[in-house]
Amino acid sequence: MAHTIAHGPIAYGPALLLPGDQIDITTNPDTEPFWQAAREHRLTACQCADCGHFRMPPTPRCPECSSNRQEWPTLPGTATVFSFAICNKNPATGEPYIYVPVVVDLDGAPGARLNANVTGCDAEDVRIGMKVSVVWTAINEGWVLPNFTKA
Amino acid sequence: MAWANQDKTAIVGVGATDYFVRGKSWPRTINDMACEAVLNACADAGISVKDIDGFAYYSGASAGYVDKFDSASFMETLGMPHVSFSAALTSGGGGCPGAIGLGTAALMNEDCKYTVTLMALQQVPTARLGTVFGKMAPNPENSFLQPAGLVGPGHLMSVLARRHMHLYGTTQDAFGEIVMATRANTHNRPKAIRREPLTREVYDASVMLADPLRRLDFCLETDGAVAVITTTMDRAKDCRHKPAIVHACAHGGQREWGRAFSWMGMPDPHFASSGHQFTANRVWQQSGLAAKDMDVALIYDHFSPMVLMQLEDYGFCEKGEGNDYVLAGKIRYDAATGKGVNGGIPVNTHGGNLNEAYIIGMTHIVEGVEQVRGTAINQVKDAEFALVSGGPAQLPVSSLILRSA
Repeated sequence: MAHTIAHGPIAYGPALLLPGDQIDITTNPDTEPFWQAAREHRLTACQCADCGHFRMPPTPRCPECSSNRQEWPTLPGTATVFSFAICNKNPATGEPYIYVPVVVDLDGAPGARLNANVTGCDAEDVRIGMKVSVVWTAINEGWVLPNFTKA
Repeated sequence: MAWANQDKTAIVGVGATDYFVRGKSWPRTINDMACEAVLNACADAGISVKDIDGFAYYSGASAGYVDKFDSASFMETLGMPHVSFSAALTSGGGGCPGAIGLGTAALMNEDCKYTVTLMALQQVPTARLGTVFGKMAPNPENSFLQPAGLVGPGHLMSVLARRHMHLYGTTQDAFGEIVMATRANTHNRPKAIRREPLTREVYDASVMLADPLRRLDFCLETDGAVAVITTTMDRAKDCRHKPAIVHACAHGGQREWGRAFSWMGMPDPHFASSGHQFTANRVWQQSGLAAKDMDVALIYDHFSPMVLMQLEDYGFCEKGEGNDYVLAGKIRYDAATGKGVNGGIPVNTHGGNLNEAYIIGMTHIVEGVEQVRGTAINQVKDAEFALVSGGPAQLPVSSLILRSA
């Protein structure tokens, strides 16, 4: 019994998104354009307006050229899973809940990553390298969070 | 080039409280436990607590997760007449052994005569690590991490471990071997929290908390305090024990690691690493030594995969070969010979954070000191050099090489 737990894949079932009504964010002037775009269901990433380098999370200065001029291009909304964990408890309530935090590489924004949940498949079927596309989750105080579904 | 401060200072006193399972130290206060550790370290060194005139903290002088050390409060409580050095390394537990370098800088600058480095930890119900982060509205930076449900350190470390498994074929068998190999070192340690021998069956049945990591891949949650006293070599000669000489000490890291799992932006190969490559290179350059020259390695083990990744970053094996190195038994301590197994170097002869106690890295320094003194419970035969590492976490990470006198 114990050995089957260790060596067989665990059948977790559907990967769920965490409920939006338990998710808060805060913003500052450097990060707010990202979240304002998300409200309009537009996936963006912080790009240096001078040298074109992408950086996430958004910071006040470009680490390559030190410019403080930001641009917020609209990205395709697709991404590739870079790594992930499979979690089985809702972090707010401690109740059983299957969700998969993923780190994704954003298409159209080389070097920029986003941390999110992935859905659209069973948790045990999530793979590194899997193509995903953005879905939008309403969260507290009128904000919207980018999550991803298996493409 | 050899480090300018090589062999100029030594750790001369170590002291600790009992180790308590999370929350069980109450109604003792965290300050009382910190004082006990400092007093025990002074007694071990053979100095008066009133001789301490320097404080070299890490983790931003945090005491655990919610409390803060303050030098003036220590003076008020323990009666030190004056202080002439009071500083901390930034960020978290990664700076633990690096704080001995901070103390060395103070001592060599003749700012003070004896520095104390300490940590105390107490998790009352309102101050549990995962809970602390999970219930706070994230700041603007963490608003790019926490909404994904990455709220506890185990979630974060799991993501790094997964990438290592993907790139190098690393297995959960290796994580289990790390826990079992270091558990084998606690059966004879009265203060250790987990002393029962660990079988593969028990490891395999351990609940999966953040796949691929099980509960037993997570370190203990311990209450307690540990303090160490560092001084110059000339003063060390008058102390009670053989000095544990500070041979090399470095803290820092590189931008590609940066905020690490608080950020998740690390490019390969840094993502699936311990973030120690830069600091490892520094201590090896400072000392002219390499991993093979170490007699024992006290490797920060908040999560088992991070031991494997540090073995790679410090060059005990090549990058990507940690799985095979560990599974060949090379981190085990052989009590019969007092040496390693299969050509390896014993790791965490005290049982580490996974099995003995977790005081944010300090227990590794204590074990390093006892090993080079020759007084360790699981003594490595003729131990001359001990490596002590801190982190892996947001920079700085750090490491220390202690040398026997």
